[in-house]
Order: sequence, then C-alpha cells, then structure tokens
Amino acid sequence: MLGGGILHGLAVTAKNFVGSFTDPERLVTLGYPEERAPAKENARQFPFLVFDGADPQAGLRCVACQICEKECPPQCILIVKSKTKKPDHLGKPQFFPATFDIDLSVCMSCQICVEVCPFDAIKMDQEFELATNDRFEGLLRHRDQLARPNAHFQKLHPTDAAAIDARRAEELAKAAAAATAAAAAPRKPAPESPPAA
Amino acid sequence: MPPEPVLSLAFAIVAGLVLGGSVAAVSCRNRVHAGLFLAVALVGLALVFLRMGAEFLGFIQILVYVGAVAVLIVFAILLTRGSDSAHERRSNAPGIGIGLAVLLWGVLAWGILHRSPGAIATPSPPPSMAVRDLGERLLREELLPLQTVGLLLTAALIGAALIALPEPGISPRPSGSHGSAGTETPPSSPT
Amino acid sequence: MDAPDQIFVLLKHAVVSWFPTPVQPWISAVLSIGAILAVYPMIFALTTVIERKALGRIQNRPGPNRVGPAGFLQFAADGIKSLTKEDIVPRAADSVVHFLAPLVVVVPPLLALAVLPVGRNMVALDLPETGLLFFLMVGTAVELGVFMAGWSSHNKYSLLGAMRAIAQLLSYELPLLLSTVSVVMLTGSLSLNAIIGHQSEVHAGVLLGWNVFTPWGAAGAVLFFIAALAEANRSPFDLPEAESEIVAGYFTEYSGFKFALFFLGEYLGLFAVSGLGITLFLGGWLPPLTVLSWVPSWLWFFGKLAVLMGIFIWLRGTLPRLRMDQLMRFAWQFLLPMSLINLLVAALWQYSTPWPHLLRWLPAAILFGIPYLLYHRAFLRQHPPRTYRYAS
Repeated sequence: MLGGGILHGLAVTAKNFVGSFTDPERLVTLGYPEERAPAKENARQFPFLVFDGADPQAGLRCVACQICEKECPPQCILIVKSKTKKPDHLGKPQFFPATFDIDLSVCMSCQICVEVCPFDAIKMDQEFELATNDRFEGLLRHRDQLARPNAHFQKLHPTDAAAIDARRAEELAKAAAAATAAAAAPRKPAPESPPAA
Repeated sequence: MPPEPVLSLAFAIVAGLVLGGSVAAVSCRNRVHAGLFLAVALVGLALVFLRMGAEFLGFIQILVYVGAVAVLIVFAILLTRGSDSAHERRSNAPGIGIGLAVLLWGVLAWGILHRSPGAIATPSPPPSMAVRDLGERLLREELLPLQTVGLLLTAALIGAALIALPEPGISPRPSGSHGSAGTETPPSSPT
Repeated sequence: MDAPDQIFVLLKHAVVSWFPTPVQPWISAVLSIGAILAVYPMIFALTTVIERKALGRIQNRPGPNRVGPAGFLQFAADGIKSLTKEDIVPRAADSVVHFLAPLVVVVPPLLALAVLPVGRNMVALDLPETGLLFFLMVGTAVELGVFMAGWSSHNKYSLLGAMRAIAQLLSYELPLLLSTVSVVMLTGSLSLNAIIGHQSEVHAGVLLGWNVFTPWGAAGAVLFFIAALAEANRSPFDLPEAESEIVAGYFTEYSGFKFALFFLGEYLGLFAVSGLGITLFLGGWLPPLTVLSWVPSWLWFFGKLAVLMGIFIWLRGTLPRLRMDQLMRFAWQFLLPMSLINLLVAALWQYSTPWPHLLRWLPAAILFGIPYLLYHRAFLRQHPPRTYRYAS
C-alpha cells in the first residue's frame, strides 16, 4: 500500500512514546547528579595510594621504589625518596615517598602503575568528577591528597582487596611466626620473608 | 467613508514607497538589492489598490507579484552570476530608458486627463470590486480572453517542460536531476 | 448567554468602553494585537518544550527535565540564553538585508494569525470579502524573507538553504492554494467566518458538517496539511535547514535573538497554517458533536491546534528527511495532480447535492482510487520490494 510504510513508522514511534512511560526497561536514562548508576567493580579512573590503619603518613604502603614512575607511559608520576626510613606493616624499615605527585591532566588511566607495583600500594580510584578551574595546580595531586585508606579500596574493588588483604595477613602471620622462632633461637639468622605468592 | 484629501499622509507614504522603491530598483548597482526594491515598489502598488478599496486586487498583487514574480526574479539573479556585481557598469544609454519612461507617463497622464476631466475632482463611486462580481465577469463576459490567456500559459508551460527535458541522445545525469527546481517545470524524471 | 464562551469578547468590550469614543477603535485594535502577540508566542514556547519532550520520549529518553517543574520552564532558559548571546553579523554579510530578514520572516505569520477566527466573535481582523486571500498573500512574503536571510549571509550553506527553501515554498504553495480553492468553491466565499458558518450545519442530528467529513474535504485536508508541513519547513520537509547537511540552512549565520526570531517565525507560520487548516477543514471553533457545544468555542480551536501540533511532532519523530528530487517529484507529480482531481471531486460533490448521500461518495472514490492505484503501481515499478540476501 502506498503510504503504508509511513503508518507503520508512526506505529513504531507511538509504541516507543507510550512505552517510555509504561516500561521502565525502555527509559534507561538516569538523572545524573541526583541518580547514579551503581559503580562497576572494574571501573577505573585515576590512581590513588593505599594506606593501612588510621594515619596516612605512617600506614602508607608505598616504599618509593619508583617502579611505577619509570613504567608510567605518559610520565605523570613524580616520586622523591625519603632520606629516613619508617617501618612497613611487617615492621621492616623502608623508605617512603617524601613527594608523590600524579598529574591527572597527563595520566591516561592505563593502570600500568597498578600492574607493576609489588607492594599493592597504588590502585585505581573511581572518582571522575574532577573538574577544576585551575588546570595546573588543580589537577596535580600530591601525596596527601592521593592517600586513601584501605577501606576505600575495599569498597571500590572488593574482590581484589579481599585477595590482597588475605595475602598480606598471611605475610604478617609468617613474619610473626618467624619473629617468635627467631626469639626462640636467637643465634640463627632470621629467615627472609618469602616473596609474595 | 469620508472623502479624503488627495494628498493625505497615508497617500504620501504609499506614493513615497512606490516612487522610492522604483527609483532605487533602477539605480541600485547590486542586482539583488534592485530586485528587493522592486518588491518594495510592488508592495506599495498593492497598498495603492487597497487604498482605493480594491482589496482583492491588492492582495492578488502581493500574492502574485511579491510572492512569486519578485521571488523568481531574485532567484534568477541568484542562479546566474548577477548577484556578484561589485564592478557592474552603468547602463550605456540611460537616456533611452528615461525617455521611454517619460513618454509612457505622458501618454498615461494625457489619457487620464483627456478621458475624464472631472474624475479627479469629483470621484465617482468606484465599480464593484467584490470577488463574486470579478469572478462572474471573468467567467461570463470575459470568458474568451481568459481561456486564451490560459491556453497561452499552458503552451508556455509545456514549452518550458520541453526545454527542461533531457535531450535525446544525451544521457541524463545519473542522479540529482533537479537543476531547474523551483521554476514552473516538472522535474525531468529519468524514465 | 454563555459567559465562558464569550468571556474574552466581553472583557474586551468592557475595557474598550472605559475609553472615550474617538480612541475606542484604536484601543480595540491594540487589545487584539496584544492578545495575538501574547498568546501565540506563549503557545510557541510551550510547543518547543513539549516537542522536545515528546521527541525524547519517542527516542526513549526523557527530554528536557531540569528547568522548572518537569522541565516546562525550559523555554524561559532558552529565551534568556538567546537574548543574552552575542549578535554576530558576518563581515562579508549585507548588513541591512541581514538585519531585515528576520523581521520579514516573523511579521507575516503574525499578520496571518490576525485573520484567523479563534472562537465565536473572536477574530482580530475580520475581512468579509477576502479573508482567505489575505492569509495566503501574507504567507508568500515569508519566501522573500528566507531569500534575504540566505543571500545576505554570504555563506554557502545559507545560500543553499535559501535556494532549497524557495524551490520548496514555490512548489508546495500550488497544492496548498488548490486545496483551499475547493473549500472556497463549495462555500462561495473567501471569508473565514463564512467558511466556518458553512460547516455548522448539522448532519444526522449530532455530527456537524465539517468539511473533512466530505470526500473532497478529507482529501483536501490531507493534501493541505502535507503542503502546510512543507510550507512551514517542518520535518520531513525540513531540507532548507537540514542540520545534518547544510548546518542550519538559511539562518546559519544568525545568532542570539535573530536566530530566536527565525525559530519563532517558523513556529508562528506553522500555527497560522494549521489554524487555516482547522478553519477550512476541521470546522474552526465548532465542536464535532452538537452535544459538546457547551465547551467554549476558543477551547475547541486551541484544542484542535494542540492535536495538530501533536501529530506534527509525531511525524517529526517518525519520518526521515526527503531528498531534494524526491521533494520536488512529490510536489509536482503527486500533490499537484491530486489537488486538481480534488477540485473536480469538489465540483461533482456540489452538483450532486440531490443524490443520496452514499451515491455522492462514489465518484470521489473512483476519482481518487484510480490515480492512487496507478501511483502505487508506478511506485512499485520504480522501487520493487527489497530483498535482503544476508539480513533476515
């Protein structure tokens, strides 16, 4: 029928129009600032530094090994190693970053820093509302801004965090066992803690 | 309607519109401007008709002359190279045009004054310009001239369509054969 | 008699009677003009919001929903934005013509709206001799404005848009005029009030004699509204401003308030031509059934206008844009012959008045049905049904 296609098209759009009121499956739009889509676990935006415990300074996992700084493709990380050392979670004295800067305007969210970090110290955050009116200072994040508690990581990436926490607890237990063994036999040298499994 | 003085303010405005538009239309260097001024002059003429109580003629004047003729004129200027006329020369012989215009004006003025010497001083009741009367006159008394004009226009239309048709032997362009869109020719459909 | 029906008329009379007699015609004119200038732009504002929301719903998204309750104040935000934007005139533009073009586009639809009867005794400018002619005359002036806008901008997209617009407006004016002529033939008058009066006779006790309930009226209404869509540059005939092809067509080089004026002019033109269609075919301010005559007449007019706007929005959400040659072919090879046939049908209807009602429909059915079938065959020959080898 001549003109039948138009009627068919009108029927389709009418179905869409009515359906957008009656069928929530059709109208998938969220009113963004008020309503938000639930966060996806594997979503990633920019890196942050994980710390344990309550004090971001004392609990920072980063040991300023500078692997991430060297691996970072766009070279957005700047690390200055500290002169002194502080104990890590196993009680071993370690360097810590005196400066740890990430330029978010350069970062490309590739997650290579996270892949290469042997200490699980740098992870990807999901915060994306980073608009600022100062593109130099406003997007340059310093160490204290980057430090986030482990609880934050656990919330964002529960699967990864659980595995990492379990491994670290295991390491801690081993270290404690070694320490008690060393205390029992003080002559023997303390065994090196095994590398992370 | 109360009798109005011949040179009322409204008449002065309308006359100014017609005269100004016409003078600008012939003196404008830019041809598109000239076409637009022509449209202004035609609107002014329609207002003259309206002032004389000939609503139908006034509206038809705008409908046909402003809505179609003036638009076609500027459109034709646009489609040819005429709209880009920064270095347009003035007419070679403006005297001929001016002379013709004066002659025409003289003939008209003489005709008007000669035919009805008292018409300007004491206006007689104008002939009925009602649409129904016009229609009846056209389709009863003036039927033959009307049909002749219609035949002429049909012939012109057919001629235009023939010109627009692709010539035999020359294959029509593969697509987009709407070059003459807008003129009163049906698009030449490749058959 | 019935106060709600005549409330605006009575109000105007009351206001006018406060003034001394010599200025009363002026006050009356000012009030009518003020009403037109207030009501139609307001409808325009609401239409833009509703259109955007409806188009959104058609595409399964909510549309504007931020400004005001459910987004219905979006037009205010848009208006303020366009008012405060910088008014840019290109250096190469012909500044005088560039300035005048939006005015030439906006003023004629306002003039045309003045002659539309929106209710019983509610018409701003009653032309008993030539109402319809005035409307059509005013409508043609828009073409000149469009041309001025496109030419003066000195921009290739503007010029292309103007050329498309003029070609389209000239081509679709003919079917538009011819489909109105059938109404004039049957009514015997160019007065819009007389045309509405002619439709007020009652058939079968309840149904009013709208022209659309006759064969020539139904076909005429369809032809008229197709041509009206094209005259108003509405989708699917929005080639002059096809934003995916030529930026914004003839008003590419307009910004700020002048752009808003073009937008306004376009919608006012749509309202005007829809109002004319309502007057000619859909009974104007008449109710469809006699039992509904207690509803105020102006509500009927604006209700019909709202329904038409809804249909136009629906069409806009459905149909893709035509190609230029399709547009021309449709006008000259389908609409024009059909509107000529419609004139014939109207004449037959007029002369077959004494026949029984059903018999009068027969010639119309034959006269429309045969060309329709022929068109159908020709269409199928040109566009045979598509076969898909790989898709389902």
